[in-house]
Amino acid sequence: MRALGLILAGGSNNKMRELSKKRAIAAMPVAGSYRSIDFALSNMSNSHIQRVAVLTQFNARSLNEHLSSSKWWDFGRKQGGLYVFTPMVTADNSWWYRGTADAMYQNLNFLKNSHEPYVVIASGDGIYKLDYNKVLEYHIEKRADITVVCTDIEGDDINRFGVLKMNEESRIEEFEEKPMVTQSHTISTGVYVIRRRQLIEMLEKCAQEDRHDFVKDILIRYKNLKRIYGYKIKDYWSNVSTVESYYRTNMDFLKPEVREYFFRTGPEVKTKIDDLPPAKYNPGADVKNSLVASGCIINGVVENSVIFKNVFVGNNCVIKNSIILNDVYLGDNTHIENCVVESRDTIRANSYHYGEDGIKIVVEKNERYVI
Amino acid sequence: MMKKEMIAMLLAGGQGSRLGVLTEKVAKPAVSFGGKYRIIDFPLSNCINSGIDTVGVLTQYQPLLLNTHIGIGIPWDLDKNEGGVTVLPPYEKSTNSEWYTGTANAIYQNLDYMEQYNPDYVLILSGDHIYKMDYEVMLDFHKVNKADVTLATMPVPIEEASRFGIVVTDDTNRITQFEEKPEKPSSNLASMGIYIFSWPVLREALLAKKDQNNCDFGMHVLPYCHDKKQRLFAYEYNGYWKDVGTLGSYWEANMELIDIIPEFNLYEEFWRIYTKGDIIPPQYISEKAVVGKCLIGEGSEIYGEVENSVIGPNVYIGEGAVVKDSVIMRNTRIGRNTVVDKSIIAEDVSIGNDVVLGEGEEVENVAKPKVYAFGLVTIGEHSVIPSGVRIGKNTAISGETTLEDYPGKVLPGGGVIAKDGDRA
Repeated sequence: MRALGLILAGGSNNKMRELSKKRAIAAMPVAGSYRSIDFALSNMSNSHIQRVAVLTQFNARSLNEHLSSSKWWDFGRKQGGLYVFTPMVTADNSWWYRGTADAMYQNLNFLKNSHEPYVVIASGDGIYKLDYNKVLEYHIEKRADITVVCTDIEGDDINRFGVLKMNEESRIEEFEEKPMVTQSHTISTGVYVIRRRQLIEMLEKCAQEDRHDFVKDILIRYKNLKRIYGYKIKDYWSNVSTVESYYRTNMDFLKPEVREYFFRTGPEVKTKIDDLPPAKYNPGADVKNSLVASGCIINGVVENSVIFKNVFVGNNCVIKNSIILNDVYLGDNTHIENCVVESRDTIRANSYHYGEDGIKIVVEKNERYVI
Repeated sequence: MMKKEMIAMLLAGGQGSRLGVLTEKVAKPAVSFGGKYRIIDFPLSNCINSGIDTVGVLTQYQPLLLNTHIGIGIPWDLDKNEGGVTVLPPYEKSTNSEWYTGTANAIYQNLDYMEQYNPDYVLILSGDHIYKMDYEVMLDFHKVNKADVTLATMPVPIEEASRFGIVVTDDTNRITQFEEKPEKPSSNLASMGIYIFSWPVLREALLAKKDQNNCDFGMHVLPYCHDKKQRLFAYEYNGYWKDVGTLGSYWEANMELIDIIPEFNLYEEFWRIYTKGDIIPPQYISEKAVVGKCLIGEGSEIYGEVENSVIGPNVYIGEGAVVKDSVIMRNTRIGRNTVVDKSIIAEDVSIGNDVVLGEGEEVENVAKPKVYAFGLVTIGEHSVIPSGVRIGKNTAISGETTLEDYPGKVLPGGGVIAKDGDRA
């Protein structure tokens, strides 16, 4: 294979509010049965990238648990494999990852000891399907130093991304990180292709200058010096790093075209298998326009919602426009509307949760009475 | 090879002809069950949950799906460096070659497989029962009694006893009498087809009976051991155990899973049942769908009405369709406004729009009245049913049917359509 994969999954931010207390964004459950990082991992595997390193540091327990076996994404091979790198104290380094470039720099030996000529860098919070080989071919054809995968988006969400402008040849001329005002609609998806030796060289230089961020200190600084190209994707792309975008992305899966694209069109997105029984509907269940994952037991009303794995919905419950994460127990007569209910919560009977302006995050640590 | 205290031999070669078109191309242990599983998942999961990590699966009849399903045993954690799961088909030998002619003959032909693990005990299982059982408890019972052979048994209604091997025990649970499928059973304690043999006893018995035609455990090996005054014990099991050998019992066992608190509960954390999970996405229930009491598998899309049914993974039920009291297996598609009543529909079936399944009165089946009974409609895997036809009760269909196969767009009750096509 011509490329190795790096997945930057270290991040956390306060835009995820209470949801990020429990896990890195890359481990956020998405679309009923998946976690965010499954999309990048499956893309790697489906692009025949066999050696993949996941760089993580923030609250990695949940992520580590998800990655405890590499077999689900077919990385458990003699050639290649899945590596999880967290920061470690060594004789000459005791820093946490101080930025994306530093995270890669601290694992420079992994890069140096590989033999693949190229590196595909992806982030763990993108929800998309992409054949990285196509980007790689484009990268070679353009004789680019770095190729940035980008997409057009609408709306005021744009100021949380790296915004760029390309010329007719698709060479990137302007690149601004999280600008307040911008004319462009094209953003970086956080997926890059770069020659391995080039990356090593740049990372070493950055480290010498005490710079740590890949976007600020490499992409933006080298913009006019190196040949940096944009590769635009037109298919579905979303990112789950704020509560609003997380909610919207999950709700997108209620649209038939999004389900068709991710669930029924190859290549398939893979995830860890949980061995849960089929979902069970009891008398009183009334489900409309919703996704329900395996292991759920439904006794109440569910509308326009995404119910993750192993959720119990009690009698006379009403769930509307909400996301119920895995292993939640909802006691009888509970009303949940416009909410995201944190995983493993136990909601007592007769509770009422309503997200008045915007999405309410429900986190309750009640003791569970097992039936 | 590392020594194993107990290994399991799982008999999965039988056709299960009483399941009719369901087992036309599929061995009975590979038939889907419970909206997600295949029958063999139950004994395989019982093995790994009981700490048995070496399982030989004996296959013969239509093994393709079974082989694909088992693979190297990953879903059951049976992909082991030492032991794990091994599929054992019949093979050619230098002097004579034969198929597996009986249950004991199949085990006899794999003496070498068992010998390499040098086990103390061998557990004999069959791949056609739905149950959860801790074989380690049974082994403890075997050891405490210093038994040579232990049979798992359970009480059955006396009128059904003549279908089983029946044992009579003394007050220490030692078997004093053994009758295989007796006309006049002398007790109602039935053998479940689960045996633990002390390895030397099994080996000796198989070698002694090696020239027996169609050598069978119930017919030959157990009577042989009994006649030799060996210590046979009956281990009484009291949990849920279901033989799904007929279409009626298969349908019933599926329906029992839908009860609010089913006797056989798949939702317990303890003693999980594992299967090859190749379909991942959640299921989608549409705006217009109505789901009543039912089980629905992963990745299914429901636009119609489902009541009192078990729906497998990746099933599509079109708008206006009504599915009642039915079992629908994976990858099947039910068209718009189709009515499915009390039917068993196998995998990868395509049913058109405005079809009615299971209408009218019960009429005895013309071809196999004992198989296609219970008022069920049974559709074999990869079948196609054209739009607009009406199908009666006690019927069976397999293969790609077209309108020409339905005179007047009707298959009357008791009818059978078996298209040869590529499955001749």
